[in-house]
Amino acid sequence: MIDEHFAIGDSFVHRLDPRVKIVVVFLFSVVVAVSTRFVVLLSALALGVCVTWLASLPTKELLRRLVPINIFIIFLWFFLPFTVEGKPYFSVGPLVGTHEGVLYAAQITIKSNAIVAVLIALVSSTSILTLGHAMHELRAPKKIVHLFFFTYRYIHVIHREYSRLVNAMKIRGFRPRTNMHTYKTFAYLVGMILVKSCDRAQRVHNAMLCRGFRGKLYSLSEFSLRTTDVISLILMLVVILGLGILEWTKIACS
Amino acid sequence: MDKNSLLINLEDICFAYPGRAPSLDKLNLQFHQGDRMGLIGPNGSGKTTLLHIIMGLIKPSSGRIEIFGGHVEQEKDFRMVRQKIGFLFQDADDQLFSPTVLEDVTFGPLNLGKSQDEAKAIARRTLESLGLAGFEDRITYKLSGGEKRLVSLATVMAMEPEVLLLDEPSTGLDETTEKRLVEILKSVDFSYILVSHNIDLLIETTDYIGYMISGDISVDDDSIPHTHRHMHKHGKYAHKHDLSLPDKKS
Repeated sequence: MIDEHFAIGDSFVHRLDPRVKIVVVFLFSVVVAVSTRFVVLLSALALGVCVTWLASLPTKELLRRLVPINIFIIFLWFFLPFTVEGKPYFSVGPLVGTHEGVLYAAQITIKSNAIVAVLIALVSSTSILTLGHAMHELRAPKKIVHLFFFTYRYIHVIHREYSRLVNAMKIRGFRPRTNMHTYKTFAYLVGMILVKSCDRAQRVHNAMLCRGFRGKLYSLSEFSLRTTDVISLILMLVVILGLGILEWTKIACS
Repeated sequence: MDKNSLLINLEDICFAYPGRAPSLDKLNLQFHQGDRMGLIGPNGSGKTTLLHIIMGLIKPSSGRIEIFGGHVEQEKDFRMVRQKIGFLFQDADDQLFSPTVLEDVTFGPLNLGKSQDEAKAIARRTLESLGLAGFEDRITYKLSGGEKRLVSLATVMAMEPEVLLLDEPSTGLDETTEKRLVEILKSVDFSYILVSHNIDLLIETTDYIGYMISGDISVDDDSIPHTHRHMHKHGKYAHKHDLSLPDKKS
């Protein structure tokens, strides 16, 4: 269901304190997302490539994970040049593409790839459990941390329930076609999973009540910052700050 | 609390799920300290419902519940009950919600106000007593069915309850794990109510067996010694036959 094979590894990035990684990813994403200057975006992309290289992730798998986001971006390239107003740049039949539109699409492409690369390198190199605990340590809202844990724990159970239902359908000769019977069956399938999940949630809650649950979950893990963590954090903060300054002060870059 | 003191006293409990015939109808149950009670009955006869009522997870439509000598009715009364009565659910996936085994087993003790270190110590001790030493960092959803059941039992026992309610604990277990469960139940010092369809398990682990019928429990204590013969294919499946006759009633 959830394979965490990027989380297995012993690179410099893997050994970093998960709290440092979360803080860096968060700040990096925010700064890059609001930046518009190409010099900033390209530096961010270069940084992203460096970080993935530091995490020594298998290139093929990394590229495979970048595919979905770029499929989405291809569609932007189809529409943005023709819908953003500005100076005409090229034309395809009756459609006129604008200079601004192309730049806009290019910005989004670089931004998203830079952010996703850093996200993959830093976040998926951490196991989901550790991430949850790190979020807790960083004082993320408790409800979000709990949602995160419960999703991780029960997505497998729900998936198993789903597979059971699908198998039950298959052994009675169900084959999806384009007809009312198929739509109805899928609707039942989704409905059934929903109902079962609700029941499951109720039972889990009951089981928790039986063990004295009063709305508080406890975390047992402890993290400790090492010197390399602190140095990496400072270094990354300086770089992110640099990107920010470059963006907002509009320092000429010739 | 002295031996044989009344722990659970249910009087005239009625309960019906909406739109269905009553599953409990004027049910009476007296459960004493040291009792090891088995409960058997057809599907839908209200066995699980009864356990849920004792734990306060559902409210009976009428009747009186006394637990540890006090009348319990409100949610806050049942909070005290849940500290002293452990409940093992039918489906271990309902019980184990934490990512790792250690976190799940410490959950109860932490709720009881133990410190992290105390809770961890209790958890380790409980796991070890169930033969699960070294399971602390295992991921709960990756455990096998039998392991899940035993870890669930650990999560309940870590709260050091006075009474255990076990709902179909042997369902889905293979022979070896079931045997382990029987050994554990025989060795622990709890009073418990064990719901099961498995008559062999009940005979081995309980002192008397109640039969749920038409919404009430009837206890038939007479055991009638008998032998019976049957034929079956042997195959490669290793099994033993006990050929000794039970003692004649004197």
